[in-house]
Amino acid sequence: MAEQAHHQAIEPDERPPAFSVGALGWLRANLFSTWYNAVLTVLILYGLYSLIPPMINWLFLEATWGDLPAEACREAAGACWSFIHEWWRFILFGYFPYEDQWRPALALCLVIALLVVSCNRMFWRIWLAYVWLVCLVVVGVLMAGGVLGLTPVSTRQWGGLPLTLGLSFVGLFVAFPLGVVLALGRRSSMPTVRAVCVTYIELIRGVPLITVLFMASVMFPLFMPQGVTIDNLLRAQIGMILFAAAYLAEVVRGGLQAVPRGQYEAADSLGLTYWQKTALIIMPQALRISIPPIVNTFIGFFKDTSLVIIVGLIDLLGAAKTALTSPEWRGFYREAYFTVAVIYFVFCYGMSKYSQWLEKYVNVGTRR
Amino acid sequence: MTAQVQVERRAVISWNDRRIRAIIYQILVLAGVVLVGWYLFSNTLANLERQNIASGFGFLDREAGFAISEGLIPYDASHTYGRALMVGLLNTLLVAALGIVLATVIGALIGVARLSTNWLVAKLASTYVEVIRNIPLLLQLFVWYGVITVSLPHPREALSPAAGIFLSNRGFKLPAPVADPVHFYMGIAFLIGVVLAVLVARWGRRRQDLTGQSFPSFWAGLGLIFGLPLVVWLTGGAPTALDMPELRGFNFRGGMTISPEFAAVLFGLTFYTAGFIAEIVRSGILAVSHGQSEAASALGLRRGLVLRLVVMPQAVRIIVPPITSQYLNLTKNSSLAVAVGYPDLVSIGNTTLNQTGQAIEAISIYMAVYLTISLLISLFMNWYNARIALVER
Repeated sequence: MAEQAHHQAIEPDERPPAFSVGALGWLRANLFSTWYNAVLTVLILYGLYSLIPPMINWLFLEATWGDLPAEACREAAGACWSFIHEWWRFILFGYFPYEDQWRPALALCLVIALLVVSCNRMFWRIWLAYVWLVCLVVVGVLMAGGVLGLTPVSTRQWGGLPLTLGLSFVGLFVAFPLGVVLALGRRSSMPTVRAVCVTYIELIRGVPLITVLFMASVMFPLFMPQGVTIDNLLRAQIGMILFAAAYLAEVVRGGLQAVPRGQYEAADSLGLTYWQKTALIIMPQALRISIPPIVNTFIGFFKDTSLVIIVGLIDLLGAAKTALTSPEWRGFYREAYFTVAVIYFVFCYGMSKYSQWLEKYVNVGTRR
Repeated sequence: MTAQVQVERRAVISWNDRRIRAIIYQILVLAGVVLVGWYLFSNTLANLERQNIASGFGFLDREAGFAISEGLIPYDASHTYGRALMVGLLNTLLVAALGIVLATVIGALIGVARLSTNWLVAKLASTYVEVIRNIPLLLQLFVWYGVITVSLPHPREALSPAAGIFLSNRGFKLPAPVADPVHFYMGIAFLIGVVLAVLVARWGRRRQDLTGQSFPSFWAGLGLIFGLPLVVWLTGGAPTALDMPELRGFNFRGGMTISPEFAAVLFGLTFYTAGFIAEIVRSGILAVSHGQSEAASALGLRRGLVLRLVVMPQAVRIIVPPITSQYLNLTKNSSLAVAVGYPDLVSIGNTTLNQTGQAIEAISIYMAVYLTISLLISLFMNWYNARIALVER
């Protein structure tokens, strides 16, 4: 009854014009608001029309799937997913012995599962750190073998996605404490300590990662006393750690600087010592502020692990590149790089979305 | 009174005194650093002695004996290592400088496009940013290199979008003007034009401050910078001879070449960094308070003018510091050129290192060069930042 009365109250000429509400209104406001916007829209629509159908054709409709030889692929117009079918185990696990590849696969699942669990703030307790430590040990055992009846696998045979993830996660875990120490050192009142930390941070941040990796791979053997050799993987890992620590130090320093001065003064007036003040008052607040930029630094670090192929390690990208050098499958670079790009994208995009969500979440207390 | 003084004096050597503790800590840290440094240094010396490698930079004067595919200065295998490294350094600087200019232009365009009122444009720009930023640069370099060397046709079937331009898997071929003395004078005219344009802009600003009359400094400057060389070119007899590339046998002769390696590095660096610059530009524009653009609209300025006259000058102040670190990143990332075989500093340094075994010297050259470049870019950008910073009274 009331509804009817409401309908009757609106005269036809009092309704909004058809072009300002609904789908048409949206189109007009967002795509055709001015003449140049209309031209742009038409141009982009035409561009998409001439780009997307051929892409779908290439990706799916004309692609070759399944276990086919390379010759069959070369005749087809579309993508050659047979290449991936043939090489996916190599791209994922590198030269790891074929029959033992369940080990890196299991390690991979373990790390990804723990990663997903760690994203939930409910589990941000101290035991999570121990779980990670145990997990890393288990992963190390799975990869290296030699105990529990697992055949030993040399680090030279490690490769693919486990190597990429391993380099970045182990790198983060070791570089993070180092970065915190460097950040505290940089803000120390002792000039010598400050000078040492500033020199280290600026020196590392001023040079490309490649030079740090080269330094690790050609200069570490010179640094060691005679007879001591360091494994190539370990050298690259140390290089990555040294590099990441400098960047993390700057991120943590940003967090330290954002803690209000009153907090330092209040801690001092309570009579806390430097380490009590740092551990109980300053660091918890500074780290909360710097968690989102730490995740962002980690995304960059994760992408940067691809550089280890320059010092001869075969990570995810390196394995794809190696697969491309097989004479039979030469030239299918689009399929190989597309697959690798999708894997990197999934990880990095996931982490960056998580960091955006986290940024809102950790600031809930200070938001107005 | 005296007793108190004595107490204080005695306290000076106590462990409870902060200053004393600080001095002891610092001595310990310094001793640790020196010890570790000395340990590594002595090991290195012993190792070098065993491998019979003479340390020092004497190797720079020795004959290099390897060829370099491209460079800005004449070089062949009979030149010294020092000159080879110089070729590499110039190649690094070339690709970094071009990359910085192109990435800034493309990044600014995409950053503005993300804020467009056109939904499609904004979505397209943000897709670009998300995709580019979440894929490793090295992979993007490989993709560009693959696109050029595998997907482009052989020189015999080269694509030719315009007369004299050929795109093939051996790189891009462009017509180049035949060397003429007039070109030198045109270069001088260009430099004079730049100086004059700066002077005119200053004069115009001063006149506007004094009289309120505006002067079209931008167009006048543009006219000076491009007009002067044009006049010189016309008075010099307008030499139009072009060295056109032509197919001889299996490859092109003549003309200007852009190698696949250079193109891959340049495209990769440009499009990757542009994604980051776009985000910086977008957040810089968003950080300018909304009242500013509303006030400008209320004055009757159109959207483009609001952006150019009111929002951008304020956004630039926010944009400059983070964009500086992107420039530094681009320059450092140019070292990835080694992965696709572009002869940059690191690539040539590695060849040198492998031939001579002078690891420490090569690495210290890298570090010195990149630190210097970083320092110079920071100095320039800090100067620029100080110039445009808001002067508060």
